Amino acid sequence: MIDLGPHTRFIVVAYVLAAAVLAALIVWLYADGRRLAARLKELDERGVKRRSATRGGQTPSGAGGSNAA
Amino acid sequence: MQTLTQRLANPTRFMALSGAILPWLALIATAVTITGLVMGFRAPPDYQQGETVRIMFIHVPAAWLAMMGYAFVAMSSFGLLVFRHPLADVSAKAAAPIGAAFTFIALVTGSLWGKPMWGTYWVWDARLTSVLILFFLYLGLIALRASVDDEALGAKLVAVLALVGVTILPFIKISVEGLSIPSLGINIPGWNTLHQPSSVLRVGGPKIHSSILVPLLVSAVGFTLLFVTLHLKGMRNEILRRRLVALRLTEVERVRRREIEGAGQA
Repeated sequence: MIDLGPHTRFIVVAYVLAAAVLAALIVWLYADGRRLAARLKELDERGVKRRSATRGGQTPSGAGGSNAA
Repeated sequence: MQTLTQRLANPTRFMALSGAILPWLALIATAVTITGLVMGFRAPPDYQQGETVRIMFIHVPAAWLAMMGYAFVAMSSFGLLVFRHPLADVSAKAAAPIGAAFTFIALVTGSLWGKPMWGTYWVWDARLTSVLILFFLYLGLIALRASVDDEALGAKLVAVLALVGVTILPFIKISVEGLSIPSLGINIPGWNTLHQPSSVLRVGGPKIHSSILVPLLVSAVGFTLLFVTLHLKGMRNEILRRRLVALRLTEVERVRRREIEGAGQA
């Protein structure tokens, strides 16, 4: 074990907090991605397709960005 | 000949490219970050800070990325308002929570370093206060977007606020060192502050010993790659979310049309 001297507590808490924030961010992004992909798959299975997909996928505009909306 | 940004304006192409890159980027980002932090723990303690210098290997990269993240948001906002790039708002929206998280890490780790080194967790000096304002700006961008139902309008409002808020970046930078450009007659003194001036990005080169500078730079590269990975993932999620909304609208439209046709025949 590395000896971090008299301020060990501050160093450990800093690393633990930084790791916790990053872990929370990663878990949130990953879970969000899975949830969205599952919902899209569900719609796809019900036969709901993007207009671009039904046209043969020539001009995909799937993002429906704020400008496209 | 299309530029890269023009080519990536097609979300389907962006999804294919980012999907292929993402796992590798995540792997490299994790490896480089861990390498940087391990190197940081193997470095000798600083002659003044002692072992607390270890906190700098997360504090400094997080602080850089707090600012870089905002620069990302601001550039994306500019891309939305001026060039109407289809992915600009996707990028701005995805970068905000990640930037806020890195700003939070910078504030908390700085505070935890401050207590043993300065004798206090917090002082209301120019650098610390301006970074706290940066954190609130990020939260403001997220809150503003969440409070506007019309997505296109919300995107524009957030972009305007993001561009107004970009003035905080030079303020953070000059809050400690000040700014002196004699040829232009500019001479802004640095504020009286506890925070030290930059030791790495400075005229005349870094003034940190290589035993600490190298792990710091490796860690910074790792954190930057991590930021880019998370940003790409956030953008992919946002594109999926917009596809979902578009699909639901199409479905609602179709059901409504069928109902109207049914009523017409009856």
